[in-house]
This record gives sequence, structure tokens and C-alpha cells, in this order.
Amino acid sequence: MAERELTYREAINEALRQEMRRDDTIILMGEDIAGGSGQPKELQDAWGGVLGVTKGLYTEFGADRVLDTPISESGYIGAAIGAAATGLRPVAELMFVGFMGVCLDQLFNQAAKLRYMFGGKARVPVTIRTMIGAGLRAAAQHSTVDYSVLTHFPGLKCVAPSSAYDAKGLLIAAIRDDDPVIFCEHKALYGEKSPVPEESYVVPLGTADIKREGRDVTLVAFAKMVHTALAAADELSKSGIQAEVVDPRSLSPLDEGTILESVKKTHRLVVVDEDTPRCGMATDIVSLVSQKAFDYLDAPPQMVTPPHTPVPFSPVLEDSYLPTPEQVADAVRGTLD
Amino acid sequence: MHLKREKALWVYERMVLIRKFEDKVHDLFSAGKIPGFVHLYAGEEAVAVGVCAHFRTDDFLTSTHRGHGHCIAKGVEVRGMMAELFGKATGSCKGKGGSMHIADVEKGMLGANGIVGGGAPLACGAALTARVKKTDQVTACFFGDGGASQGTFHEALNLASIWKLPVIFVCENNLYAEASPVKYTLNVENVADRAAGYGVPGVIADGMSFFDVYEKAGEAVRRARAGEGPTLIEAKTYRFYGHFEGDPVNYRPKDEEQAYRKRDPITDFKQKVLAKKLLKADDLEKIEKETQAEVDAALEFAESSPFPKLEEILTDVYVNYP
Ligand SMILES: Cc1ncc(C[n+]2csc(CCOP(=O)(O)OP(=O)(O)O)c2C)c(N)n1
Ligand SMILES: [Mg+2]
Repeated sequence: MAERELTYREAINEALRQEMRRDDTIILMGEDIAGGSGQPKELQDAWGGVLGVTKGLYTEFGADRVLDTPISESGYIGAAIGAAATGLRPVAELMFVGFMGVCLDQLFNQAAKLRYMFGGKARVPVTIRTMIGAGLRAAAQHSTVDYSVLTHFPGLKCVAPSSAYDAKGLLIAAIRDDDPVIFCEHKALYGEKSPVPEESYVVPLGTADIKREGRDVTLVAFAKMVHTALAAADELSKSGIQAEVVDPRSLSPLDEGTILESVKKTHRLVVVDEDTPRCGMATDIVSLVSQKAFDYLDAPPQMVTPPHTPVPFSPVLEDSYLPTPEQVADAVRGTLD
Repeated sequence: MHLKREKALWVYERMVLIRKFEDKVHDLFSAGKIPGFVHLYAGEEAVAVGVCAHFRTDDFLTSTHRGHGHCIAKGVEVRGMMAELFGKATGSCKGKGGSMHIADVEKGMLGANGIVGGGAPLACGAALTARVKKTDQVTACFFGDGGASQGTFHEALNLASIWKLPVIFVCENNLYAEASPVKYTLNVENVADRAAGYGVPGVIADGMSFFDVYEKAGEAVRRARAGEGPTLIEAKTYRFYGHFEGDPVNYRPKDEEQAYRKRDPITDFKQKVLAKKLLKADDLEKIEKETQAEVDAALEFAESSPFPKLEEILTDVYVNYP
């Protein structure tokens, strides 16, 4: 029997639905995650989120468990954190990751620090789902990934799936985890399909996945950049270069072992990241490998990232902002010279 | 409130220009010619124009994601706006911002904003500049009914109230924030009721009527220029198109849409100025033709303009580079 395929969007929806059926302490909050709240029945559940990810959940679980919120990120993200600390397991949606600018105090002073400050006498099992990524001509405030910032804060966990399979398993893991987890959904991936089991399953936080095996160079890439790295690997294989593509999936905690093992095998590292280059995941991985696998390296590690600028609107500029498979292939060839 | 003939011509011209610009953008978006997130102002023209009719070029405004109407009311050139929507080098922001960040600082238009609530503190800042420099410039802060739930709005209103800043907070209550009806997101009848909590005047205007907005904004601007502090105006209005281009608009009743379409602010203005014999049918027709030509020319300009050069990606991040 052919394996069932789901889109990334459907996989997330299914994970939420299955978890909510299993555990009635799970509630959802966010702006227009239903849409039409307070309207007559035929106008309710109109949107299911701006890009339709939570569609139908309001209809199944009702207004007590699926709460549309006013545009008050500081208020409702904070409320999700407070509810998590007192017995619920909320999954709150922060529509675009750039809006963390509005609620950053609740994320990094409250969610991230409560447990530590209280000497371990609190747990904050909240999941914050948020959209990341460029490529949709959404301009500077709606196109960032920003997960490096969130990864920086001790106390927060942060994941960024690149496939429908990973999305479902990581979201279930995030919801069941007793710590605050930021779940980053790349908006250019919602239509990506892959085989997804119908039963619920967990992709444990902090486990990387080797998306393609190879012996010549290690490509570490995140979210949509995994696809860019895979395209580059395809291209390189035509000239006999076998690239290994490692998808950490989880930025915090980070599966250092899988990355280091890969580099010890290939002796070369190129990191492909959609975040800007300073203090980002790319510098973080390069630093890790430089410290822990320096003797294995045959060439200086390379990074392929956007420039140190906000995301431009103009299609020609945005296209040149994002790393391309050609740039990745060039960087790989540079390590082989 | 009395309107001189010259001003009435200007008002009609601006309202119709906004409408024609937005209708054109709607068609262009549907045809796949404009990318990204685009939010149209059609239906709300009386609000931006009713406020900006009291403004000088050196007055300021802060806007929202739905910013085209504010731009046009403040005198921003539609050529540059259209080119910006196309991401062209000749756009008001060199193609770097697009619809959601359209701005023209020289015209006092301090930017559309992709962050709901992002403009309110900036408006206080602009007003503070005017106060410290002892000019009599005023600042309008436009925001939506959805924006009224954002903390920044409340903080800004408080700041403006204690410092008596020359700000006019203008809530464009179009009954919806995306797909959420205002009766769900607010526990008060009117956004204007919230003014009481900050000790400033809270005024309701009919946002489908230029004359009503014009009159109420007139008093608010007078107060602000005289150093008497901010006013909160709530204009009850309606957006004719969806929240953004591509919205199925499946959360509001069709009869409600039709009822508001019948209260078109441009038709309302037209009927009133003709009845008062302030303008003649010929005047209106001439404006309709001229504004259409202006929008067509803007489109031609946008389409024939070049895209930015790739090195532009690195400019404008900072003023000074090391
Ligand atoms: C901080 C923030 N939260 C959410 C959004 C997404 N968003 C864009 S417009 C909008 C609704 C705004 O409603 P309102 O303020 O009433 O303005 P309107 O669109 O009706 O003009 C939302 C939720 C955003 N851009 N910024
Ligand atoms: Mg609104």
C-alpha cells in the first residue's frame, strides 16, 4: 500500500487535532486561528489561521478550547505562559515570528526564566507556533526567521521542521514537553508533501536527521534551507561530489553528536542558514565544529547566509537575499579546492 | 463646517484618487502583477481625507498596514506609490518596503506599518519633536479597531495625555480586524469610550461622511495646535474589499456589505456638494477624468521603471558604514 502523504500544513493540523483529542488540557490561542468568532454559526471558523493551518479545529473543539484573541500579543502569549504554569498545556500561535518584538518580555523574561528563578518549582509546558521565512514578498517585518535570537535564550527550546513528517512528530514532542518550545513553521513549506503516518508519533527534541548521505562535505541546513542544500547536493553529485545534508530540526536543544560525526567523516563543513550572519545558527555551528572537530577539518568551515540586512520587498532583491543552491554549491567547491 | 470651493475640489480629488488607485491595485493584484501582502483602503476615504484636509505638508501622520489612503491624503505622489508596489527602483521607498511599508518622510508620511500598533508610539515621538522645537505641527496616528487592543496604543495615549502632545489618535473602526468582528475583540461599545480612562476627549465620527470627520477632526487639530493635548477620534467606517487581497471574506454577512456599499463616502460627498451648490457636476467629472489619467500614468510609470540594482540590497541599513 502506498504510504499516505500529507502537506506540511495538514501534518501540523493533524498533530494538533490528535493531541487535543488525547489531552483536554491542551488549548489553542491566536489571532484568527478560527476567524469569525462571535459571528453567527455559518460565519465561524472562517479562516483557521491566516494560512489555514488550524482550519476546522474550532468546529471540532469549540470556543472553550480554541480561542481567537484580540491583537494583543503581549497579553495572550503571556496568558498562555501563565496558563501553562498553572495546569494547562496551551499552544499559542504568534502569527509571524517578527511579532515577537511585541511580546518578547513574556517570552524571554517570563517563559524562559520562571522555572530557574523559582528554583525548579514551576514548569511551563507551553508551545508557541510561529511562521518564519522569506520568499513570499512579505517585506521586512513579515519575512524574518529570527530563530537564532530565540535559541540564544536559556530556558526556551526551539525547533524548525523542514518536512511534513518532521512537522507532525516535532509538534507532538513540543506539546508533550514540559518546557516552553518555540515551533517555527516556514511559510514557504506549507505545501510540501511527504509520507506521514496516521498514528501519532514523536520526533524527539534534540535529534538531528541526515536528509541525504555523502562522504565529501557536510551541509548543515535549517527549515527551508534544507531544500536548498538538497538541491545543491543534487547538482554537486553530477560532478561526483557527494554532499551529506544534516537537518538539526531542533535548534535548542542541538544534536551536536550527529553534526560532529558527519564532519569527522567528510572533513568539510558548509552551513546554510536563512538567518542573518551575525550571532546566528550558522556561526553557532561553525563555532561548535571548530571547537570540537578542528583536527578533522581539511578546509575552513563556510557559511551561506543572507547579507546583514533586513529582508527587502522588491522581488529581485528578495531573490538575491536568500541563499541559492548555486551559492551553496560554490561554497562547497571552495572547500574542495 | 464650511468648506471653500478650492478645498472641496481638493477633497473630491483626493477621495476619488484613493478609490481609483485602490480599484486599480485590486485588479493588478488579481492579475498577478503585484506581489506580497496588499490591504486596500476603498470605503474609508472620508477618514484619511477628512483628517488630512486640516493638515499642512509639515504635519505628520503614522499609518497602518492599510496605508495607501493615508499616503494619498497626505499628498504622496501616486507614481512613486505604484512603483513601490511593483518593487521598482523609482518607488517611494526604492522598492525596499512595498505596500506594507510605504512612506514619504518629506511629506510627513511616517510609514505604513506591518506591526499592528507599531505607529502609536512613533506618533508621540513626532509630536514631541514639534513640542520641543516649538513648532505648531500636529501628528495624526491612524489605527484600526484591532489596533485598539494593542498595548502600544494604550501606552501612547497615556504618554500623549500626560505630556499634552499634539496628537490626534484616529481609530478607523471598520468593524473587523482580519476575520474578527469588533464586537468579539472589544468589551466596550465604542473605542472612543476609552478616552475617558486617559482624561482626553473621545469623539465619534461617521467615517462614511467626509463632513462629519472633517468637523470633528477640525476641533481636534485646533486643540492640538493650541497645545491643549490629544484627542481620540473614532471613525465608524467599513472596508469595501477583503482584509487583504486574496481574502475570501467569508466572515461577514453579505447584506452588511451591501448596506455599507450604499453609504459610499464618495457618493455621499458628491450629493452633498452638489446639493449645497459648492461644486458643479462639471467639476466632478473633470476630477474623475483627471484622477483616472493620473492612476493610468502611475501604472505606466511603474511598469516601465527598472528594478533596483542588486547592490541596493546592502544600502540603507545604516547611515554610516565603517
Ligand atoms: C503585531 C501584529 N499582530 C498581528 C498582525 C497581523 N495583522 C495584520 S492586520 C491585522 C488586523 C488589523 O485590524 P485593524 O487594526 O482593525 O485594521 P484593519 O485591517 O481593519 O484596517 C492583523 C491581525 C500584525 N501585522 N502585527
Ligand atoms: Mg478593522
